Amino acid sequence: MLENILKEYPRQEDYLIEVLLEYQKQKADRHIGEDEIRRIAEHLGVTESKVWSVITFYTFFSTRPRGENIIQICKDVPCYLNDGNTVQRTLEQLLGVQVGDTTKNQKFTLEHTSCLGHCDGAPAIRINDKTYTNLSVDKLKAIISEYRGNT
Amino acid sequence: MPNIKINGKPLTVEEGTTILEAAKANNIKIPTLCYYPDLDIKSDCRVCSVEIVGQKGLKTACSEPVWDGMEIRTNSPRVLNARKVLTELILANHDANCTACEKNMNCELQTLANTLGIDENRFENVLEERPLDTANPSITRNPNRCIKCGRCVDVCKNVQGIHVLDNMGRSNEMEITPAYGKYLSDQECTFCGQCSSVCPVASITEKDKSDEVWEALHDEDKHVIVQVAPAVRVSLGEEMGARPGAIVTEKMVSALRSLGFDRVFDTDFTADLTILEEGHELLERVKEGGTLPMFTSCCPGWISFAEQQYPELLDNLSTCKSPQQMFGSLAKTYYAKKEDIDPEKLHVVSVMPCTAKKYEASREEMRVDGENPDVDTVLTTRELGKMVRQMGIDFDELEPSSFDDPFGITSGAAAIFGASGGVMEAALRTVSEVVNEEPLKQLDFEDVRGLEGIKEAEVELGGNTVRVAVAHSLSNARKLAEEVKQGDSPYAFIEIMACPGGCIGGGGQPYNTTNATRQERIDATYRVDSRMEIRQSHKNPVITTLYEEYLEAPLGERSHKLLHTHYQKRN
Repeated sequence: MLENILKEYPRQEDYLIEVLLEYQKQKADRHIGEDEIRRIAEHLGVTESKVWSVITFYTFFSTRPRGENIIQICKDVPCYLNDGNTVQRTLEQLLGVQVGDTTKNQKFTLEHTSCLGHCDGAPAIRINDKTYTNLSVDKLKAIISEYRGNT
Repeated sequence: MPNIKINGKPLTVEEGTTILEAAKANNIKIPTLCYYPDLDIKSDCRVCSVEIVGQKGLKTACSEPVWDGMEIRTNSPRVLNARKVLTELILANHDANCTACEKNMNCELQTLANTLGIDENRFENVLEERPLDTANPSITRNPNRCIKCGRCVDVCKNVQGIHVLDNMGRSNEMEITPAYGKYLSDQECTFCGQCSSVCPVASITEKDKSDEVWEALHDEDKHVIVQVAPAVRVSLGEEMGARPGAIVTEKMVSALRSLGFDRVFDTDFTADLTILEEGHELLERVKEGGTLPMFTSCCPGWISFAEQQYPELLDNLSTCKSPQQMFGSLAKTYYAKKEDIDPEKLHVVSVMPCTAKKYEASREEMRVDGENPDVDTVLTTRELGKMVRQMGIDFDELEPSSFDDPFGITSGAAAIFGASGGVMEAALRTVSEVVNEEPLKQLDFEDVRGLEGIKEAEVELGGNTVRVAVAHSLSNARKLAEEVKQGDSPYAFIEIMACPGGCIGGGGQPYNTTNATRQERIDATYRVDSRMEIRQSHKNPVITTLYEEYLEAPLGERSHKLLHTHYQKRN
């Protein structure tokens, strides 16, 4: 799969993020591992440090295997001030995992993210491609049960 | 030219300068932390923040260009308070146990905190301890001291073009590490140590071996000898408070005697020997159609780089060991025999401007008996400085003295080994005379001297014009290596030194090395050369004796065993 993606891109550093996004999207557990980083670095003519640096900078990317649904809690200041801690605590309780971990049934991965651009609706989270704002404990319970039912 | 005001004082400054440069030119001091001369402007730390009248936020002086009419305040209460808070925040995430730190009293963060009058930190320390990287013989990385200034990343990525270190993660969790947060030795690190040279704190340092040397010196059963690299005599002075470019050869020898070494020898001697071996190797390759161009092999940073990134060029590398290792193998054989010393009781120390030399000495193939290292301990210039201070030696008051025999008689050609272009020039001084069979009229090869990244020269050898090239810093080395790899290199002989300026700018040299200091050390190097009686390696009478007594001839059987090596692809 990786080779199929790589052959579409020339040896040029500019394509790094595109390659990473494309590959992660296609990969079932949506993470990029060390061997793949080595291969991507070699193909684009950049160092492994460069790829590692980019992947660890953007919260879109992960170096650890993830579950079906990726829940990202905003940890920037406006959310923090609007009781973001409660959001994190509630989600950890509901899912039974800590931030950074994946549920045993591989349904959910809980992560932090930097600002989602919804400071007016703080506190906010993102699940996969969708953003949820003005969160409360009840609202979070409803959202999670919806994902449990649907997936 | 723009007219500006700094702290109310009207000044006319150069167009296009930054506030920091304008202030410096007018003797106004603005504190800095991530800024380093000759490197990129990063404005990461924001310690150089200043106020510009009429503007809302503070600006970083290192990055802000001046404009006509600009009014700057470098020491208003607002500025001083901001700097103090910034520095306190850095300290709150730093292992600030200063008395248990190599750079105590020599630390830019400590000096800054002192200058800003920080005597207690209002912020609680939030450092989360991380493990140290001590997995290689050259460099220790202590992430608990890192202040994320980014100088090491800049020098590793842009100056050396190796890019082992980079920023990992983001925001308050950002760290500077090799890929995957692993060890330097897991990546293509050459241990050049340029990162340790620019680190403002003690987050990246050479692996200190001074204790091992003290132990050997205090062991009465051991015969402890020391060799000193050419570049150390023009830089050790800085460790002792002298200006850059001071030549301290004779005081350095006396200092080493005071430390208790049984003999003090000169690596310049084996630099002369290198020229004999390498010069003949080059001639043999030319005559017999061997692999060309031939690369020099004195620099262990370059050797690691070639083994890791250009394995297809390993046949192009001269098989000569570096002067450090030639010295080690001769010491453990020729010298031990001559002086009737059991090689097991002989401890060979070398003082080098270099961190990669520590790795070089640890290599498996650098053991003539197949077991014990030929060079037992390698110290950097900085470690020697530390030992001299520990001993309470008043360096300025030392009586000058000379190196011991037999490895003390050297030539000017060896003295210039420490400067980029020096090995090439030394080789040309011998090779041209041997080939052309007449005395060389002009000993100075000016074309290969100086700080330009890649230098070229043409020399007449036996009626042919031969092109040679010199590169320093690994990003420039890569350019020449690529040419050779593509098969379109016009050169017969190429000198590579991994560090900017050559060994005089090595990763183990005194702190605060800039291009200006490099130039001072280079000038001093050529002054040492010009004062020497013998200025060509093949005219060194002790080298002649060594061949007569022991080695027989350059490239002979014994030379091959003791003075040459082989290379292998490494990942």
